[in-house]
Amino acid sequence: MDPSKSRDSAESTRVIQFPNDVLERILSLIDSHRDRNAVSLVSKAWYNAERWTRRHVFIGNCYAVSPQIVARRFPNIRSVMLKGKPRFSDFNLVPPNWGADVHGWLAVFADQYPQLEELRLKRMTVTDESLKFLARKFHNFRVLSLLSCDGFSTDGLEAIATDCRHLTELDIQENGIDDISGNWLSCFPENFTSLEVLNFASLSSDVNFDALERLVSQCKSLKILKVNKSITLEQLQRLLVRAPQLTELGTGSFLQELTAHQYEELERAFIGCKYLDALSGLWEATTLYLPVLYPACTNLTFLNLSYAALQSEELAKLVAHCPRLQRLWVLDTVEDVGLEAVASSCPLLEELRVFPADPYDQDINRGVTESGFLAVSLGCRKLHYVLYFCRQMTNAAVARIVQNCPGFTHFRLCIMKPGQPDYLTNEPMDEGFGAVVKTCTNLRRLGVSGLLTDLTFEYIGRYAKNLETLSVAFAGGSDLGMKSILVGCPKLRKLEIRDCPFGNEALLSGLEKYESMRSLWMSACKVTLHGCKTLATQRPRLNVEVMKDEEIDDGQSYKVYVYRTVAGPRTDAPSFVQTLCS
Amino acid sequence: MSPPLLGVEEGGGNTSTVATSPSIDGASHDCLGLKERNYLGLSDCSSVDSSAVSSLSDENKSNLNLKATELTLGLPGSQSPEREPKLCLLSSGKLDEKPLFPLLPLKDGICSSSLQKNIASGNKRGFSDTIDEFSELKSSKYPDGNWMFHATGPAPETAQCGGQGKFPGNAGMKAMLPSRTSGAQATVPKEALPKPAPECPRALNGAGVSQTRASNNAPAAKAQVVGWPPIRSYRKNTLATTSKDNDEVDGKPGPGALYVKVSMDGAPYLRKVDLRNYSTYQELSSSLEKMFSGFTIGQCGSNGTPGREMLNESKLRDFLHGSEYVLTYEDKDGDWMLVGDVPWEMFIDSCKRLKIMKGADAIGLAPRALEKSKARN
Repeated sequence: MDPSKSRDSAESTRVIQFPNDVLERILSLIDSHRDRNAVSLVSKAWYNAERWTRRHVFIGNCYAVSPQIVARRFPNIRSVMLKGKPRFSDFNLVPPNWGADVHGWLAVFADQYPQLEELRLKRMTVTDESLKFLARKFHNFRVLSLLSCDGFSTDGLEAIATDCRHLTELDIQENGIDDISGNWLSCFPENFTSLEVLNFASLSSDVNFDALERLVSQCKSLKILKVNKSITLEQLQRLLVRAPQLTELGTGSFLQELTAHQYEELERAFIGCKYLDALSGLWEATTLYLPVLYPACTNLTFLNLSYAALQSEELAKLVAHCPRLQRLWVLDTVEDVGLEAVASSCPLLEELRVFPADPYDQDINRGVTESGFLAVSLGCRKLHYVLYFCRQMTNAAVARIVQNCPGFTHFRLCIMKPGQPDYLTNEPMDEGFGAVVKTCTNLRRLGVSGLLTDLTFEYIGRYAKNLETLSVAFAGGSDLGMKSILVGCPKLRKLEIRDCPFGNEALLSGLEKYESMRSLWMSACKVTLHGCKTLATQRPRLNVEVMKDEEIDDGQSYKVYVYRTVAGPRTDAPSFVQTLCS
Repeated sequence: MSPPLLGVEEGGGNTSTVATSPSIDGASHDCLGLKERNYLGLSDCSSVDSSAVSSLSDENKSNLNLKATELTLGLPGSQSPEREPKLCLLSSGKLDEKPLFPLLPLKDGICSSSLQKNIASGNKRGFSDTIDEFSELKSSKYPDGNWMFHATGPAPETAQCGGQGKFPGNAGMKAMLPSRTSGAQATVPKEALPKPAPECPRALNGAGVSQTRASNNAPAAKAQVVGWPPIRSYRKNTLATTSKDNDEVDGKPGPGALYVKVSMDGAPYLRKVDLRNYSTYQELSSSLEKMFSGFTIGQCGSNGTPGREMLNESKLRDFLHGSEYVLTYEDKDGDWMLVGDVPWEMFIDSCKRLKIMKGADAIGLAPRALEKSKARN
């Protein structure tokens, strides 16, 4: 062999042939699953090293892959995050018993990952049996986080509290569950000390306060405590003095008749909370008690007032004490005036979410308007994430807002009346959203609303080159709208559409696209079974699931959910879900 | 998932387009070809232009435009205001062969002139009654929501119907509301009327679409679009409890939304209502009446509503002959009960679903009604 050649090839092979353990050591430092996915594509050696060192797997669509495939590829997983149902299931657009049951996964994990420590589920169905199974089978289990899940009750939580001896995190958020009793909290063993995160804010049953107090006293590493509404101010004070190390606090009810002495004690308790950077709960908070919070707000970066119907002045006074605020969630009871106060007090604000206090009452003329949003954009130049529910908006305001804050990554505007135009000009909101996509080049997530023609979507297709998630409702004029998006947005991953005039032609214009996306949802649109069948035939690696839309009588309307998968059609589909086969 | 709610009362939501169901056919067309379909195929009292009823069976025609024969929804002890103190007889069992929910979109705009306010009671309106509300451009304090699927801004004359077969669904905003001929504007009905569904009237002036303004809707029937605005159920339910009482305009009772399904014998699909939107049987009755316009509910005695003589001889007779409809509910124990017996609060606490049954089916429940009416008399 030519010596120079052999040297070259030897060198080139040497470069990539780290000893495996070195490679694995290096790769084990990489956490981001996207980076890891990239790493695994370099070479077979790197693929193997990566798979052996991966500890955490994120599965954005539980049907895109099977637990067996996951276990086969990644032998050493300790932590799993699974997302199940389409996002529109949060809004009752998906019938119950649709699927996304975690049990199948748990069964495989019990076998393959007995050392599993963390499970984070979003929009999955979790039964009490599954929770009991989990508590029984995984002896090293530490972290359970359930967001927007359903199917379980507080009985299941009892099993978790009783049997998971090393539990560090129990995070129950906004689930549709059966809240039978608060007894689960009393199920933690007497000598239990490991809890670091406890969030039961969304449960309503009373818990045994003594048990809670004991738990908080014993768990010295407790950093995040979010209690539910049943906990009174007086009780809160007792908890706070036992846990001054808290970094995130969710209070209980913030309304109670306190004596002057109790009030002072409460004040002192909050003064003692020197490390708080997130605050939430505050049910029924009023002018009377909000001031006790002030001393604790200095370092606050996240304030969640979305369950506290504050008025403008109350908010103004509160945020005046929160100069470092980065994320704020409020109800629209604070109105534009409240938002103006935010604009002047919180220059570091990056995220604002304004929820409607009364989303269904169209008679009232309250809430926030374009002025509030505009004010915040003027005062908070770092703003990049907004979720804004309002009853009126104008193109001009939106254009100015993004001019003030061109760095938007998430722009979710919900004008609550479907199909409402610019209320001053009566024109569609095309130009407003056009301005958003033209100006905000980093835009990753967009939620549109109001009266929109195909022009909006042409703009999106043309300009939103970083867009990953798009939500559309009651908008558009023809297939052209949806086509523009599918053809124009190279990074699109999630597209959810409801009540729009997009039909088969639009659906099929995405043939080249869907395999690079996580999923597509279309409901109350104009697609027909025939169109879906065509899609299924031409793209066998997609699951094309259709459900009869029971709201529409013509027998031809379907809800369509399309997603890429390596696991084939799902085997647990209920009778009302039909997977179209090629 | 919850079926869509008819009669969506989204304030000011305008619809100027309507998706036409391809299954609507064969009906005669009036001047604009828009045909109104009554749920039971009775296009009578609720309104429709006589020219549009040719699709109805002859039997039904005898019921046309007869206020007295209109069916209304009345809960025990309640009566829709302005309602005739008589029950209409539903022509026994004969439903139009193509019963379409009146909320399905129609093909074309209906002649405004052909619409009559043919309603039995002030509360009971067929969807076409809402046309009357649509008179001229109304300026109102609220901007209109406007569902326009072919929104072309100020452009007029957009023919938007073609084959929008899927729109009736529009997440439940289905009150069919034929819009006016060009020149008029589809504005939102003023009163507590079902929200117009997105329409696609053939001759609809697109300008109307873009310029619609919301009139002030009194959303007595607070039916809503399913899943809109997009707020998680947990938050929706909790919001109700956190909003301060003194902010409540309507004094809505209780925390949280209490959606129950409402089914009606013979109806192709169900509706959902939020029981928290009502504080009396009366309100519920009116709302359901609008939703299922054309149907009747047996009027049985109730201890909830004072002072109104609900049952008279003829009603009872009709009821007994099984040509009436009765409102029943399934309680927590799974038993089917007659609506109206218990105090309202108790009712909403135990009601799991509602069903509008044919009187004949509810015969087992009748004795209670009789007893009560006798007690009253």
